[in-house]
Amino acid sequence: MIPSAFDYVKATTVDEAVAALVAAGEDAKVLGGGQSLLPVLRLRLNNPSTIVDISTVAEIRTITDEGTSLLIGAGVTTDEVANNPLVKAHAPLLSMTAETVADRAIRHRGTFGGSCAHADPAGDLPTAAAALDCEFVIAGPGGRRTVSAADFFVDFFTTAVGADEVLVAVRVPKMDGYGAHYEKFNRTAQAWAIVGVAAAVKVEGGVITDARVALTNMGPKPIRATSVEAALKGQPATADAIKAAASSAADGTKPTSDVHADAEFRSHLARVLTGRAVATAAGV
Amino acid sequence: MTDTLNETMGAIGRPIRRKEDARLVTGNTNWTDNIQLPGTLHMAFLRSSIAHAKITRIDTSAAKAAEGVVHVYTGADFPGQPGSTCVWPVTDDIVMSHYPVICEDEVKYVGDVVAVVIATEKYLATDALDLIDVDYEVLPAIVDMEAALAEGSPLVHSDKGTNRCYTAPVPFGGSYADVKAKADVVVSRRFINQRLIPTTMEPRAVVAAPMGMADEITLWTATQVPHVLRVLLALLTGIPENNLRVVAPDVGGGFGGKLQIYREEVLAVLLARKLGRPIKWTETRSESILTMHHGRDQIQDIEIAATSHGQILGMSVNLLADMGAYLQIITPGTPLLGMFMYSGIYKMEALDFTCTGVYTNKTPTDAYRGAGRPEATFAVERIVDELAAELGMDPMELRMKNWIKHEEFPYTTVEGLTYDTGNYEAATARALELFGMDELRAEQAVRRATGDPVQLGIGISTFTEMCGLAPSRTLGALKYVAGGWEHCTIRALPTGKIELVTGTSPHGQGHATAWSQIASDIIGVPVEDIEVIYGDTGRSPYGMDTYGSRSLAVGGQAIKVAGERLVEKARMIAAHQLEVSPEDIEFNAGTYSVKGDPEKATTIQAIAFAAFQAHNLPDGVEPTLSGEATVDPMDFSYPHGTHLAAMEVDTETGKVTLRKYVAVDDCGVQVNPMIVEGQVHGGLAQGIGQAMYEGAEYDSNGNLLTASMGDYLIPSAADLPSFITDRTVTPSTTHPLGTKGIGEAGAIASTPAIVNGVVDAIRHLGVNNVLMPTSPQNVYRALKAANNGGAA
Ligand SMILES: Cc1cc2nc3c(=O)[nH]c(=O)nc-3n(C[C@H](O)[C@H](O)[C@H](O)COP(=O)(O)OP(=O)(O)OC[C@H]3O[C@@H](n4cnc5c(N)ncnc54)[C@H](O)[C@@H]3O)c2cc1C
Repeated sequence: MIPSAFDYVKATTVDEAVAALVAAGEDAKVLGGGQSLLPVLRLRLNNPSTIVDISTVAEIRTITDEGTSLLIGAGVTTDEVANNPLVKAHAPLLSMTAETVADRAIRHRGTFGGSCAHADPAGDLPTAAAALDCEFVIAGPGGRRTVSAADFFVDFFTTAVGADEVLVAVRVPKMDGYGAHYEKFNRTAQAWAIVGVAAAVKVEGGVITDARVALTNMGPKPIRATSVEAALKGQPATADAIKAAASSAADGTKPTSDVHADAEFRSHLARVLTGRAVATAAGV
Repeated sequence: MTDTLNETMGAIGRPIRRKEDARLVTGNTNWTDNIQLPGTLHMAFLRSSIAHAKITRIDTSAAKAAEGVVHVYTGADFPGQPGSTCVWPVTDDIVMSHYPVICEDEVKYVGDVVAVVIATEKYLATDALDLIDVDYEVLPAIVDMEAALAEGSPLVHSDKGTNRCYTAPVPFGGSYADVKAKADVVVSRRFINQRLIPTTMEPRAVVAAPMGMADEITLWTATQVPHVLRVLLALLTGIPENNLRVVAPDVGGGFGGKLQIYREEVLAVLLARKLGRPIKWTETRSESILTMHHGRDQIQDIEIAATSHGQILGMSVNLLADMGAYLQIITPGTPLLGMFMYSGIYKMEALDFTCTGVYTNKTPTDAYRGAGRPEATFAVERIVDELAAELGMDPMELRMKNWIKHEEFPYTTVEGLTYDTGNYEAATARALELFGMDELRAEQAVRRATGDPVQLGIGISTFTEMCGLAPSRTLGALKYVAGGWEHCTIRALPTGKIELVTGTSPHGQGHATAWSQIASDIIGVPVEDIEVIYGDTGRSPYGMDTYGSRSLAVGGQAIKVAGERLVEKARMIAAHQLEVSPEDIEFNAGTYSVKGDPEKATTIQAIAFAAFQAHNLPDGVEPTLSGEATVDPMDFSYPHGTHLAAMEVDTETGKVTLRKYVAVDDCGVQVNPMIVEGQVHGGLAQGIGQAMYEGAEYDSNGNLLTASMGDYLIPSAADLPSFITDRTVTPSTTHPLGTKGIGEAGAIASTPAIVNGVVDAIRHLGVNNVLMPTSPQNVYRALKAANNGGAA
C-alpha cells in the first residue's frame, strides 16, 4: 500500500485543471475526494505520472437551482448530496442513495463527480444518476460539452470523460411528484452493493403513470430495467402488480460472479429487490 | 461504568477504568512502526503471485542498481535457513516441513517470499520490487484437502511423498462402535469450519537494530510472544540468546496471529546483524491478509449416537485440518487443542477422535482466537441441535438432560479432563430470563404459520472450554516443546511504589490494570502506585507470554505467590522493627501491626524504605524488598456459559440478521468486570464474524480471492446489536484467586449459537445445515437445495 512516485498539481480552476491534464499527457489523473483514487494508487493498480488535484476548486462545489433541474457541481461531497435541502426536495432518490454510500467519513470526502467518473459497477450514485436521466457537463481543451447518462457510462470503470477532460457538474432533472427509493443489498453496513436498485415512481389515482428503475452491479455499468419500467406503466400500484412487473428485472443483464454472489443469485436478487424498491417508492 | 461498589471491598472485583486507555486512545502510543532510529534501512518483500511453482531464474541486477537500494537478497543468500519453526510435532510419525526464510527453488503459496530488497526508504524499496525478474515453472496447486489425500495427487512437498502431515487417532472412553450399536438414533453431519484471517488493527511490524552492548541485537516486533520468540530466534539463527533482546512495545491486537515466529522477524534480525544498521518493515494490509497465518479450516465429519429418550451415548469426530503450505509454531497442534472439547458439557460413554493434518498450497494456518476449541464447540453444539431435531425434542431440554449437573463437579469427562467447577443450570436460567425465550418462540410460531418472508430462529450454545494451558507435565505428555508456567516479580521501590514485572505480554487486554488490582489486594498498596512491566525480555526476562486465555489463569497465580512472598519478607522486617516475633504481626491493607496493640504499627511503604536503607534489618534478611514466583498451574481452566441468539432470515434474499444476543458467562471470580465485559464483547464480534461474515476463499489455482477487506468482511459496530450480557460466578477450585479465563469464551460460544439460530429459522423449509459464513448466497443455496428435495 505504498504508491509509486508522481507529480502533483493543485488546480484552483477548471481551466487550470484541464491545462494541467493536457500538459501532463495520457496517464495523468484527476483527484477528487480521493476515496477511490488513493486506494488505486496505494495498491499500485495504476501508477499515474501526474495527479491534478481539483478538490478545492470552488466553482465545482456548488448546487444551483436551474428551475426544472438542479446543477450539482462534481466536487460536491456525497454527504452534501445526502443532506442538501434542494436535493432532498427535488431529487430524493439521489439523496437517499447518497446516504447508503460507504461510511460517514468517506461520504464527507468522496464527491458526486468522483463517484460518477470512477464508474465502479458497484457504485451507488451512478445508478441513481442513470435512473434520473441526468446529464453530465464535461470540460476539455475544446470547451464544454454535455453528455446524457446513457452515453456517459461506457463500461467497467470507463466513462465518456477523456484523459484531458474534467467532469464539471451533473444536471439532475427535478422529479417532483415521484416517490423514490434506493434498495441497497450488502453484507455489512459499510460494504459495497452486491446488487442495488434505484426506483422513482409516479402514482396518480392509484395507477403507476411513470417508473424509472436502474440496477447497480448487474453488469459493467448502471443498467436501466426498461422492461420493468414498461411493464409497470399503467398498472395499479399494488404489491402483486409490482411483483409481476419486477420478474423481468434481470432480463438482458450480465452480472458477474464473485465471492459474495454468483450471477444466478444476483439475478434472483435483482428481481426481489426491484419489487421491493418499486413498492417502497410507490408507497405500497 | 463507575466504581459504585462497597468501599470496604478490595480492588479485585471493581470495574476500574483501564490505566492504559488514556494513553492508547489519545494516540500517545509506542507502536513498532513509530520507532525511528537513525540510519534505518527498510525491507520490502517480493512475494510469489503463484501458489506453486519452481523458481527457474531470478535476476536482481536492475533492482540492485535502483535508487536507494542497498542490497537485494534471494534464497541463495540464506541456504537452508529456516524462517519459522514448529514446536509441536504432535505424533511420532508427523511429516515436518522446512519453511525457508526466503524460498530457494520453489514457492508453495501465494505470498511466499522470493526476494527481499533493502533500501534507504520504504518507497524506494517497494519501487525496486518491480525490477526483480523471476521466471517460474508453474506446478499444480494443491488446494482441496480431500483431493490432496487422494492417490496420485500432486505434492506440496515433493520430497515427502505425501500431503498427509499426520493422523492422530484417539479413542476416548469405551468403544464408540459398541455405543453406536446400541443407539436408537445416530445423526451425522459434515460441518465446514472455514478458513479465517486474523484481522488485527495493527498489522505486523518489526525494527531490528544493533543496540547497546557489543553484538546485541534488539528486535522490536508487534508480537504476542516476545519471550518465546527470543528462544526461537536464537535456535533458528544461531545468534547466542544472550545477545538477543525482544521487545513487544504497544501491540494492537493479535488474536493468535501474532503468536508466531515469522520469517520477516528472522530476516530483520539476520540483516541487522549482517549490515550493522537498523532494519525496519511494516506490512501492508494486503500483505497481512495474505501472509499473517490464517486460522481454522477444518472439514468436520461428526456423528452422535443417542437413545430415543435423548440420552447421548457417544460421538465420533473425524477431522481434516488444513495446515497450509508449511508448519509454523503450533500449526499441527491447533486442531488437537480442540480434541478434549468435543464432548463439551455433556456426559457420554465414548468419543472417537481422529484428525488428519493436510498440506496444501495455501497460507499456513495456526492458532486463531480459541484455537481448536471453537471448532470443537461448534461441532458439538451444532450436532446436539441436529439430534434434538431428529428426536423432535426441544434443544434446550436435550442439553439439560445430558449436561453435567452442578452437584456432579468435579467431573471427569469422557476425554479424561476433570472440570473443577461449573453451574450450567444457573447460567442457563439467567440467560433464558434475559432472552425472553417464550415470547420469541411464540413469534417464531406466528411467522411460520403466516409464511412470513422473514423467519425467526433461536440459536443456543451451552459451552465450556479449556484454557490457561497447562501443567507443564501435561504439555510434555502432549509433545509440546515448552512448559506452561508463568513468572512474576514484584519489587517495592525505596519510595514505596511498586514495580510488577510479568511474563505475560498484553496486546490490548488490560493487564496493567488487572494485575495492579490483584497486587493491590495482596500487598496493600494503592492500584495507582503499581507499575506493570511487560513485553521486553530485557526488563521482564522470564515469561511464556499471552495467548489461550492464559494470562490471568496462569499469570495471575504467579502474581499472588510473588505478592505473598513480598509480604512475608516485609513481615520479618516489621517484626524486627516493632520488636515482636513475626507470628505476633498482623498484616492488613498495607499495614503491619502488633496483635492486640494496633497502635504499634508500620506500613509496607515504610518497610520498603527500611529495606533499601538496610540500616536495621534482622539477621539473615537481605536488603531490598521484593517477591518473585514462577508458578506452574494445577490444571486447565474451564469457563462456561450459555449464549442465546435470535436470528432473522429473509427467505427471499437469504439475508441473515442478528436481532438479539444474550451471553451469560461464568469465568469464576472477576478481577475487573469491565475488562471481562470488553473481552466478551470482542470475542462475540469475532465469533459472530465467523458465523455470518468471514471466510477466506481460494480459487482452484490457489489464489486468495478474499485478499482485501472489501471481500473479506469483518463486522463493525454498525452490524452488531447491543449485546445483553451477564455473569454467574462459580469460582475455580484449581486457581488460588478462583478465576477462569475469559479471553476466548465469546469467540468460542457465539459461532454455533448464530448458526443454530439460522438453521432453526428455516428448518421447517427442509434445511438442516447452512455453510459458514451464513451469507445471503449460502442461505439462498441451502434453501434452494431444500426446495429441490435434498437438504444440504
Ligand atoms: C471503504 C470504502 C467504501 C466505499 N463504499 C462505497 C459504496 O458503498 N458505494 C459507493 O458508491 N462508493 C463507495 N466508495 C467509493 C466512494 O464513494 C468514492 O468517494 C467515490 O467512488 C469516488 O469519489 P472521489 O471524489 O473520492 O473520487 P477520487 O477517488 O478522487 O477519484 C476517483 C476516480 O474518478 C476520477 N475523477 C474524480 N473526480 C473527477 C472529475 N471531477 N472529473 C474527472 N475525473 C474525476 C479520478 O481521476 C479517479 O479516476 C467507497 C470507498 C471506500 C474507500
